[in-house]
Amino acid sequence: MALRSTFFLAPLRKNVVVIQRGIGSSWWSDVEMGPPDAILGITEAYKRDSNQKKINLGAGAYRDDHGKPYVLPSVRKAETIMASKNLDKEYLPIGGLPEFTKLTADLAFGDGNKVVPEGLNATVQGISGTGSLRIGANFLAKYFPGNKVIYLPTPSWANHTPIFKHAGMDVKAYRYYDPKTCGLDFKGLLDDISQIPEKSMILLHACAHNPTGVDPSKEQWKEISALIKKKQLYPFFDMAYQGFASGDINRDAFALRHFIQEGHTLCLAQSFAKNMGLYGERVGAYSIVCSDKDEAARVMSQVKILVRPMYSNPPVHGARIAATILGDENLREEWLVDVKGMADRIITMRQSLKEGLKKEGSNRNWDHITDQIGMFCYTGMTPDQVEKITKEYSIYLTKDGRISVAGVTSGNVDYLAHAMAKVCG
Amino acid sequence: MSIFAEVQEAPPIEVFQLTRECAADEFPNKVNLGVGAYRTDEGKPWVLPIVRKVEGLMAADETLNKEYLPVLGLDAASSAATKMLLGSSSKAISEGRAFGVQSISGTGALRVGAEFLAKQLNRTVFYMSTPTWGNHKLIFLNAGFKECHQYRYWDPKTRGVNITGFLEDLRAAPEGSVIILHACAHNPTGCDPTMDQWKEIAAVMKEKKLFPFFDSAYQGFASGDLDQDAQAVRFFVEQGFEVFCAQSFAKNFGLYNERIGNLAIVMSDSSLAAAVKSQITLIVRGMYSNPPNHGARIVAKVLNDPELFKEWQECIRTMSSRIKEMRASLLAKLTQLGTPGDWNHITQQIGMFSFKNVSVPWDQVAYMKSNYHIYLMSSGRINICGLTTKNVDYVAQAIDDAVRKFPATSS
Repeated sequence: MALRSTFFLAPLRKNVVVIQRGIGSSWWSDVEMGPPDAILGITEAYKRDSNQKKINLGAGAYRDDHGKPYVLPSVRKAETIMASKNLDKEYLPIGGLPEFTKLTADLAFGDGNKVVPEGLNATVQGISGTGSLRIGANFLAKYFPGNKVIYLPTPSWANHTPIFKHAGMDVKAYRYYDPKTCGLDFKGLLDDISQIPEKSMILLHACAHNPTGVDPSKEQWKEISALIKKKQLYPFFDMAYQGFASGDINRDAFALRHFIQEGHTLCLAQSFAKNMGLYGERVGAYSIVCSDKDEAARVMSQVKILVRPMYSNPPVHGARIAATILGDENLREEWLVDVKGMADRIITMRQSLKEGLKKEGSNRNWDHITDQIGMFCYTGMTPDQVEKITKEYSIYLTKDGRISVAGVTSGNVDYLAHAMAKVCG
Repeated sequence: MSIFAEVQEAPPIEVFQLTRECAADEFPNKVNLGVGAYRTDEGKPWVLPIVRKVEGLMAADETLNKEYLPVLGLDAASSAATKMLLGSSSKAISEGRAFGVQSISGTGALRVGAEFLAKQLNRTVFYMSTPTWGNHKLIFLNAGFKECHQYRYWDPKTRGVNITGFLEDLRAAPEGSVIILHACAHNPTGCDPTMDQWKEIAAVMKEKKLFPFFDSAYQGFASGDLDQDAQAVRFFVEQGFEVFCAQSFAKNFGLYNERIGNLAIVMSDSSLAAAVKSQITLIVRGMYSNPPNHGARIVAKVLNDPELFKEWQECIRTMSSRIKEMRASLLAKLTQLGTPGDWNHITQQIGMFSFKNVSVPWDQVAYMKSNYHIYLMSSGRINICGLTTKNVDYVAQAIDDAVRKFPATSS
């Protein structure tokens, strides 16, 4: 089931309390049916389809070239090592596995960073990216001294909004994607950011923007950083694809590290769902960069106070896997190869798709397919075209025209190119 | 000037502070009677043999991958957990009126359930026992409840349940109030209502239209018998109540750090289940998207396989009998020493904890820490699991000394 994907949501409905209840009547009679999950709906329809050539491009999880889920070899190795240690099942500290939180911060901030050695980061293990974002949202909702509002790019991962709203924050937007170019609306972005009131929060996708796949260039990031600094906004980075986007963990962390270098105090949510394939293990981390060690300790103490009444302490298994990998020189190298393998396969599929479209005689500009990066690609298909390609070719994707490139294989890319060329011209 | 300059240091959470202090203590005969986790007679954590066995099977299973679980969790785990709670002959289950939502252990189940009640049903008032588990209050307040009330529970004079006060407080509760009830092995007192008392409680709650939210963290672990420990919950369900029950597998499976639990939901009308599930889905999505798979897979495998299930029941019996033995041992020693006061509650209470509620807790508790390097909660709660055949004499002696040195006004 794809989770980092477009999601059709309705706000939680406030119900009127019905006081008079007889025996036999239910407390829940007024509960409204929540909106169906758009992605799930697509997957169900895909499953029901008997067309042999069908393709599911809705899923937000990596697939190998046979379209199968992929457990990284380095992960399997780490689990074997862990099994031999006969580790206990005692509660983790509220802040998570200490080895993990140290290593995940190192991974994010990079070799030679000042943050970790100076103890400036308050880092807690979170329940993958979502859980890490939520802890951050709850912390900022309570302690951020400025405006309790966060600005999200348009579009953004659909789950960002409910996460921040449930935490009690206001959610607003800044321009990001340009449907005309299938690229970045840089001017719109800068204009909107300039209008954001000082001391507001701004969410930034560190790399492999979800759902568009459109990332700013290095130069554009530098401009964004300068503007955000000038406007005194607080950056909240969401990094769910470090290593998975370009195949290079340092390159994918450029924006985050540039901001750190430029002196922003910021916070960060990390996920290991994609780059370590640990989806169901729920491994992530939330870090707040503070101005000194003492502040980091105080902040940490308050973050723990928020975690305990939510789930007490995080699950160990995935964190141990991540810590085992990141803490072992050889295993880490093997992991980097695994990650690059995934990134390369996706990049190759992008190229194949673009070439295939050309071969099929499509005259449209499909550059964005290879310009964009990461799991997803905003093809530019209209809802009508999406409906048509689904009905006539059994190709399933969300109606915003987004495809998960992870669902493309060397076995189906030709058929996909053919279908897209026919439908889009 | 940092934006976090005004953030104050939060007070440490007592139970973890205690463990930290004990860990740092170099005294060879130190004893940690604080945090609630099972220990063997060697004073060591215990990974259940059945758990190791199943993990071995899982590791060898090539078909297992790391894909996301559904938002509401692994159905094999939550169905089995709900069945374990309500009983295999449960009408609520066969009528489609009961289902489970995999949760992040007991805490997560309480939180998701509380958020649903507060945000979907606009519940504002909740009641918790005096005393209760230290985390209950903030879970419900953070979930959106507005008013926290307490119902009388522990009677320091009888060292039992103050049923009169309990029922009085329930009768005074506003309609619609959510009442947190400990299914068995009350934390921290170890004191449970009798079945007759549960019946009285249920009658009042029905009359006053109060909503039962059970916290079941010790099913099987308390008496050694899964069905016995679920009697209270099952009674309420049989009486036609709609119920939430937060289940934890931390203690009875020893899966503390895998965070596996279940929010069991019983409704009067099965046609409403879909709507309720859909709204809980939204709550979970905004909190952590979907739950961790590892612990769920272990529990699912064991609960759904008759052979493995039997082996697990053996493990539960091992744990609960050791605890009963230690209770008996401690009582015997204190009796032998002629320690002032009545200590029978030690064997009358059930589960992991024993509670004396010393009236000058900090004196006796502090003395035990400083003089004997024995760590217990300031409330006087001790974790029986911390006792072993090797240290029970030492602990008994320390209690004896502390009680004589700092006589409590109500012993």
